[in-house]
Amino acid sequence: MIELKHVGKVYQARDERHRALDDVSLTIEDGDIFGIIGASGAGKSTLVRHINLLERPTEGRIIIDDKDVTDYQGKELRELRKNIGMIFQNFSLFQQRTVLQNVTFPLEIRGHAKAENIERAHKLLQLVGLDEMWKRYPSELSGGQQQRVAIARALANNPRYMLCDEATSALDSRTTIQVLDLLKRVNRELGVTMVVITHSLDVAQQICNRIAVIDGGVIVEEGLTQDVFANPQSDVTRELLARGKAEPQSTLDMEKEA
Amino acid sequence: MGEFLETYGSLLASGTVDTLVMTCAASFFAYVIGLPLGIWFAVTTPTGLRPNRAINTILGWIINIGRSIPFIILLVAIIPFTRLIVGTSLGVPGAVVPLTVAAAPFVARVVEQSLAEVDSSLIEAAHSFGANNFQIITKVMLRESLPSLVRGVAITFVSLFGYTAMAGTVGAGGLGDIAIRYGYQRYMPDVMLVCIIICVVMVQVFQSAIDWLARHIDKRKH
Ligand SMILES: Nc1ncnc2c1ncn2[C@@H]1O[C@H](COP(=O)(O)OP(=O)(O)OP(=O)(O)O)[C@@H](O)[C@H]1O
Ligand SMILES: [Mg+2]
Repeated sequence: MIELKHVGKVYQARDERHRALDDVSLTIEDGDIFGIIGASGAGKSTLVRHINLLERPTEGRIIIDDKDVTDYQGKELRELRKNIGMIFQNFSLFQQRTVLQNVTFPLEIRGHAKAENIERAHKLLQLVGLDEMWKRYPSELSGGQQQRVAIARALANNPRYMLCDEATSALDSRTTIQVLDLLKRVNRELGVTMVVITHSLDVAQQICNRIAVIDGGVIVEEGLTQDVFANPQSDVTRELLARGKAEPQSTLDMEKEA
Repeated sequence: MGEFLETYGSLLASGTVDTLVMTCAASFFAYVIGLPLGIWFAVTTPTGLRPNRAINTILGWIINIGRSIPFIILLVAIIPFTRLIVGTSLGVPGAVVPLTVAAAPFVARVVEQSLAEVDSSLIEAAHSFGANNFQIITKVMLRESLPSLVRGVAITFVSLFGYTAMAGTVGAGGLGDIAIRYGYQRYMPDVMLVCIIICVVMVQVFQSAIDWLARHIDKRKH
C-alpha cells in the first residue's frame, strides 16, 4: 500500500517559488492500477516521482507498506527503490547495452550471479514477447518494443509496485493497446500494483480501476474509474471529459504525425 | 634513395620510436590523472550526481589554468619538477613529465564533456532501480559515453603528438628534434620532408583506427 499524506512540494529557483503539489493525500491499495490524470504541468510527474523519492516533499509524509519512507537515505533508500519499478515516456533504455543487458541492469546493481541474471532476463523477455530480440540494441527496436523492454527491466527485481510516467504517449494507438494489455497482465498475473500517469482518458478508462484527477498541484477528484467517468464531481474533470469526447479516437496518431 | 636511407634510416627510425613512446606514455599517464579528475569534475557540477560548488570551482580553475599555459613555456617552467620526478629533464623521460602535465587537464576536460553528453534521464532511471553513485558512474556514465571517450583519446593523442615536436627542441629527441636539427638548422629539406610524411601517416593511421573503433562500439543510430 502506498499512502501520501498531505504531501506538498515547493520548487525554489533563485527568488521564484513554485508550488507544484499542494496538500496531496492519496491511498493506493495493493493490486490497484491507479491512474493519475491531468493537463500538462498539473503536477503528475512530480507527484509520482515522490513515491520513489526521486523528489523529496517539502511537506507531508510518504508511507509505503506502513513504513514512513519520507526521510530514507543511502542504502535504505536504494533497497526501497528496488521494490518500485519505473517506466518512462521516452523509455530511457541504455543505448550501449543490448536488450538483454538492459533487463539485467537492475539485477547487476544488486550484485546477483551473472548466470542467474541472464536466466531471469530471458524469462522476463519471454513475458513481454521479445526474447528472440535479446541480442539487439535499443536503436534497433520500434517504440513499442522499446517500451516492452523497459517494462521487462522494471520487473527485473520483482517489484511490488510499478510507476508508469506517460508510458504510452510516445506510441501510436495500436502499440498503445499492446503495451496497456501487457501492463494489465503484469498487474493481474504478477500482482504488481501500478501507478499510471496519463493525459489520455482512453488510457485511464482502459486499464485503471481507480483514478485521481490533478490540477495545479491539487487533487480535485478521486475515486473508482467508472464513478468518475459517469459522475464527475469537479469542473476540471468535466472539462477533461468534454474535451476527451470532442477529440477523435486517434488523437495519438495525429500527434505522432504532427 | 638507398643512400639516404643508409645514412638517415636508423636515425629516423629511432626518432619515430621515441616520438611514439613519448606520445603513448604521456597519453597513458595523462589519462591516469585526467580521467578521475574529469569524472570528479562532471560529478560535482550543479546538475551532477554529487553537486559540490567549491570542489567544482577549484577543479575548474586547475583545469583551465593547466590548459591555458602554452606548452613551450610549461616545458621549461617545470624543469625542476621534471628533474625531481624522473631525475633528468632530457630525453624521452624528461619529455613525458611535461607532456603529461600539459595533457592531464586537457583529458579532464575532454572526459567531462563526454560524460556531460549522457542523457540525464538514463541517470535518473538508474537511480530509480536503486543504483548507487559508483554504479551510476561505471555502469551508466562511462559505459554510455564510451564511444565519445574513445574519440577523446584520439584528440589527446594527436595533440600530444604535436607537443612532442616542441619537447624535441629542448632535448627530448624524436621526430620533432630531427626535423629541427637536420631539416632546419642544417638545411636538409629531404630529412624535413621525410619527418613530415612520417608524422602525417602516423596521425592518419591512428585517427582512422580510433574512428573505426568508436563507430564500431557505438550502438546508437548512425
Ligand atoms: N525541477 C523543477 N524545478 C522547478 N519547477 C518544476 C520542476 N519540476 C517541475 N516543475 C514545475 O512543476 C509543475 C508540474 O510539473 P510536472 O512535470 O509534474 O507536470 P506534469 O503534470 O507531469 O506535466 P506533463 O503532462 O507536461 O508531463 C510545472 O509547472 C513545472 O514547471
Ligand atoms: Mg510529466
